[in-house]
Amino acid sequence: MTSTTVAAPVGRSPARAAVRRFRKHPAAVVSLVFIGLVVLAAIFARPLSGHDPNAIDLLSARSGPSGAHLLGTDSTGRDVLSRLLFAGRISLGVGIASAAIAVVVGTLLGSIAGLLGGWVDGLVMRLADVFMSFPSLVVIVVVAGILGPSVLTMVIAIGLFQWPVCGRIVRGVTLSLREQEFVLAARATGAGPLWLMRKHIIPAALPPVSVVATLAVAQAIALEATLSFLGLGVQPPAASWGNMLTDAQSLTVIRSEPWLWLSPGIAVALTVLAVNFIGDGLRDAVDPRSAS
Amino acid sequence: MTETLVQEPGTEPVKPSRPSGEPLLVVEDLTKHFPVRSGMFGTTGLVRAVDGVSFSVKPGETLGLVGESGCGKTTTGRMLVRLLEPTSGKITFEGKDITHSKGGGLRQLRQDMQIIFQDPYASLNPRHTVGRIVAMPLQVNGINPPGGVKKRVQELLELVGLNPEHYNRYPHEFSGGQRQRIGVARALALRPKIIVADEPVSALDVSIQAQVINLLRELQRELDLAFVFIAHDLAVVRHFCQRIAVMYLGKMVEVGDREQIYERPAHPYTRALLSAVPDVTKLGASGRIRLEGDVPTPLNPPSGCRFRTRCWKAQEKCATEEPPLTVKPNGALAACHFPEEGTIK
Repeated sequence: MTSTTVAAPVGRSPARAAVRRFRKHPAAVVSLVFIGLVVLAAIFARPLSGHDPNAIDLLSARSGPSGAHLLGTDSTGRDVLSRLLFAGRISLGVGIASAAIAVVVGTLLGSIAGLLGGWVDGLVMRLADVFMSFPSLVVIVVVAGILGPSVLTMVIAIGLFQWPVCGRIVRGVTLSLREQEFVLAARATGAGPLWLMRKHIIPAALPPVSVVATLAVAQAIALEATLSFLGLGVQPPAASWGNMLTDAQSLTVIRSEPWLWLSPGIAVALTVLAVNFIGDGLRDAVDPRSAS
Repeated sequence: MTETLVQEPGTEPVKPSRPSGEPLLVVEDLTKHFPVRSGMFGTTGLVRAVDGVSFSVKPGETLGLVGESGCGKTTTGRMLVRLLEPTSGKITFEGKDITHSKGGGLRQLRQDMQIIFQDPYASLNPRHTVGRIVAMPLQVNGINPPGGVKKRVQELLELVGLNPEHYNRYPHEFSGGQRQRIGVARALALRPKIIVADEPVSALDVSIQAQVINLLRELQRELDLAFVFIAHDLAVVRHFCQRIAVMYLGKMVEVGDREQIYERPAHPYTRALLSAVPDVTKLGASGRIRLEGDVPTPLNPPSGCRFRTRCWKAQEKCATEEPPLTVKPNGALAACHFPEEGTIK
């Protein structure tokens, strides 16, 4: 209503110092560039690949890398490079979407638990314990079995299993802020829990949460690959890095057609590694004490 | 400047001082007990942080609430502004019982009663600009003052002696005294009738303390504010407060006018407290009363008079019978069976 008059200039000293610390992390900077390229490649998958990822060409099935197919073709003659790029869309999308669910649910529940305390806190935190103590893969396999495998179920399931990490961090931030005098001052003027969350807690929790979110993206990408590999995630003909690896389940393929599994395997490994490096860099950037 | 602040249209103008008989705030037998759990099986105990405190504040008056650390001053202050729910007792504001008011009533109350905190570093969010901090009370309550929020905030900054141009600066760019002024401006944003000042100058340098105290006095005169001034520094309280209430271990031990308390205190504890004020004109410990031992735990306070374990006049009666607050020869109310008489040395 009146927010225009108090628009604060953002990004003064603390943010700039964080950027400076992040840049001291060569692995994180390289990873950031790499992920940027992966994202761009996924966005521009069609012009980059020049092939339809689902076009079957039985005549040139199982052919090795060549001028026409840079990374070769699979058992039905589909272009591997094209499938790899389109799979990037799904894998990154699933990773980001499920991390977003985890962060939103975790931030909401964590700040509510911290602000209200008492039995609400107990309930939320026991719920977090329950989610953390279940073997997530097994549960997701069962859920996918019951609801039928789909990208949406997978995103929701992965997200729901990752919220406790974020929830605990936000709760910790909330508990330490709750007794701060500036929060008491806001309460004394009539600010309710929602106001406190919006103006004080979420901005303060953002740095640690962004670290957790990055790591959650990496985990989700790996988990998506696992599930799709098992046939419970992304369903063919849509390509994901996980279900591209499914093609490489036989020893003969592994031995004689390495282009089928090397490229998606490397894509998953490098992406997860890079996202993790970015997370490490972020952690050092937002919390100067943890830097070596 | 301040005239326009006080009498802007659309808001209730500040009423002139009422006849002195009608108090603004009345506190009766206020208690706050915190349950504590210890051990595996959760044997619960009660910390009697505030245990039956009564006082009243007239419009435009300043009541000093003094006592050592842990005597329940801050808890009392936080109950007044309803940051803590009282265990029992009654708080009356302008004739209305506000002890457990909720919703709209509480909202209105929060506009009339504000708080200033002790630590000028912890009481301002380091991520927010000064403009945002001072505008917060207006925005929380959806108030859009004539001329806009920004204008009002700049008026407030000027009122507390800060440069209105510093609207976009962050708290870390200010000194302790300036930060405390920001806190004062925030408390004034809703035009309260009474401000609970919880040790507002304890964290400041002595020279800055005087500036902030003088600011509070000016504001009091200009805006007809009443204060509940919580402090442990008796010199500051003497300078600022017309009436003084002395607390010990969650209880009120003496309430009276400044002269009564400072010149002819009736309660031994008040006397001991006053004699502990360092006075550079009288170096040495001639008239000093040295209290033995520590303050007992509020988990298990002494029977009868709570001060008896450290009192040099304590007798059997003090252990068995709790002294009520009664008028003593000095004219003040004090809770003591064997009150002191005469002026302080």
